[in-house]
Amino acid sequence: MVEILKTFATVAFGLAVFVGILFGLYWLASQLPEPWRERARVAVFVGPALLLLVGGLIIPSIYTGRLSLYKGTSATKWYGLGNFRDLFTDSDNLIVLRNTVWWVILATTVSTIVGITIARFADRMRGEPIAKALIFLPTAISLVGAGIIWNFVYATKGSDPDKQFGLLTWLWLKLDPILPGKQEAHYWLQDRKFFGIDSNFLPGTNTIFMIIVIIWIQAGFATVVLSAAMKGVPDDLVEAARIDGATDRQAFFRIVLPYVRGTIITVATTTLIAVLKVFDIIQTMGKGGQFDTSTLANDMYTRSFPLEQPGYGAMLAVILFVAVVPIVWVNARNQRAIREGR
Amino acid sequence: MTAATIDPVTDAMIGTPKDKTPVGTKAAKRLSSRKGAIAVWVIAALWTVPTFGLLISSFRPEEDIKANGWWNWFTSPSFTTKNYSSVLDTTIGAKPFSDFFLNSVKITIPGAIIPIVIAAFAAYAFSWMRFKGRDWIFVGVVALLVVPLQMCLIPLLRYFNSDYFPLNNGVPAIWLAHTIFAMPLAIFLLKNFIGSLPREIMEAARVDGASHMTIFLRIVLPLSVPAIASIGIFQFLWVWNDLLVAKVFGGGAANQPMTFAMVDMVGTKGNEWQLLTAGAFITMVVPLIVFLSLQRYFVRGLLAGSVKG
Repeated sequence: MVEILKTFATVAFGLAVFVGILFGLYWLASQLPEPWRERARVAVFVGPALLLLVGGLIIPSIYTGRLSLYKGTSATKWYGLGNFRDLFTDSDNLIVLRNTVWWVILATTVSTIVGITIARFADRMRGEPIAKALIFLPTAISLVGAGIIWNFVYATKGSDPDKQFGLLTWLWLKLDPILPGKQEAHYWLQDRKFFGIDSNFLPGTNTIFMIIVIIWIQAGFATVVLSAAMKGVPDDLVEAARIDGATDRQAFFRIVLPYVRGTIITVATTTLIAVLKVFDIIQTMGKGGQFDTSTLANDMYTRSFPLEQPGYGAMLAVILFVAVVPIVWVNARNQRAIREGR
Repeated sequence: MTAATIDPVTDAMIGTPKDKTPVGTKAAKRLSSRKGAIAVWVIAALWTVPTFGLLISSFRPEEDIKANGWWNWFTSPSFTTKNYSSVLDTTIGAKPFSDFFLNSVKITIPGAIIPIVIAAFAAYAFSWMRFKGRDWIFVGVVALLVVPLQMCLIPLLRYFNSDYFPLNNGVPAIWLAHTIFAMPLAIFLLKNFIGSLPREIMEAARVDGASHMTIFLRIVLPLSVPAIASIGIFQFLWVWNDLLVAKVFGGGAANQPMTFAMVDMVGTKGNEWQLLTAGAFITMVVPLIVFLSLQRYFVRGLLAGSVKG
């Protein structure tokens, strides 16, 4: 009870201080004589935001760029482009890079395709809002919560099928008579081989199973956005194609899909950026990147903070930044094109 | 007052075509089919089963959870709320789980309100105040959308830990970090909305002698409720579900939110599924309530937030 009161006291105190400062400054500004008064008021309105942007984003970003050229626990030793070289030459670092590439490719394409499929077939079907809400629901949950939900699906306990509580493992063992080969109890999230294939270029089974989680989350977003766009396709266009003898399939691929192309690009680029920064799932499902599951964003955290290699961590941040810029650019151009009419 | 119905946030983000025709009954069944509907329901079921299984399990007694799968609940039902009471008392880093729930509240409420207020002020200034270089500065703000927050973590943490930082490291540091990272997107979206309010209202108010603060509080804020609600909900869930920012800036376990506690429990109590299932559901309760009660704003906020770099 005391703890609850303390929580609300902290919240109220924090907000009161914040509001007090803001209005206090405005009051002070109003006491000034013209022409200073108007300028000071502008400064109170826009100043806090600019201060946060310059001090919190611009200067730190430049500083991070500089740090990426240094090494050591407090990044004081000049290392030139050494950190970048290490990323592309060291075999452990290359695994991180490889995983990230697969995360991005698989998660982006599959969630977009699932979104397109559902948006197409759910359109005007009976119970459409319920079906879409069910698919959209995971979007609200934290990635940590999602990780635990799927840890439970993938859980394995011994080799007796009847004692499994992980749905996937249970199905896997129960389907043994039907599936080819011998199905044995399997610890999915510790399997660093790609379904038995040991390759430097392929992601581990564990990574694939984690990618499924982000698809589970992102598909709802893709569905909602694409569904809204597809409802905007004029009926006349589809009808006209039908009258000309097009089948449903042809009408969809030749008329509807090209019409919503801009929205598909938005969905794909957005998903791509979200996936590029995946961190929570690796923390929850991969024990922070063990069993070759780490990704760029996860490694950025691990190297910078627990492992105290801020130079290398800063370099990974720069890589993320460089990867995001062209994607955002494509997205921005595309959204402008949509707004200006196709 | 038609301004309240304008929603440039949604329009700009989803790109709803202007030539949208009303849904006609004659084309009611276009392109949909029985097989397609079945596929949709199969996917919807697949998407729901993992969460559903976790929910059922969180109400099964410990012996049952560990003995067999949750699907056995249908043939031999059992019910308990003990998992929930025991997870709230489970200690992580010497603190009970219930404290982490309170930490999440403590972090999230100001972490959502402060950035929106600052951004709303700035958006008003960018729309309706005159100052030198206004449009160029706004372009600069929008350009900052591409900066991933990872670019700022190390320098900000160094600054927060230094003697020059006035606040104690901990919850206020997390508020400040969330405020910084929310800035570009919140300003961008709110400027889109506030800037499209009708000019006549602002001018009439100015002529009547209203100050900027009066106009902002009495006219702009009430008219911007839909946009603020969407962006506010997005920011609220973003902070509530966040792990990275809290982990970096929160210092020790004392200031951490529930997401941190759950990751810790997966590491230290990975086989205690009676605790993990109930704990995971406690972290999800707030987002699910928001989702179910404010779905319209939630969808809009999510769509609007989708441009975040």
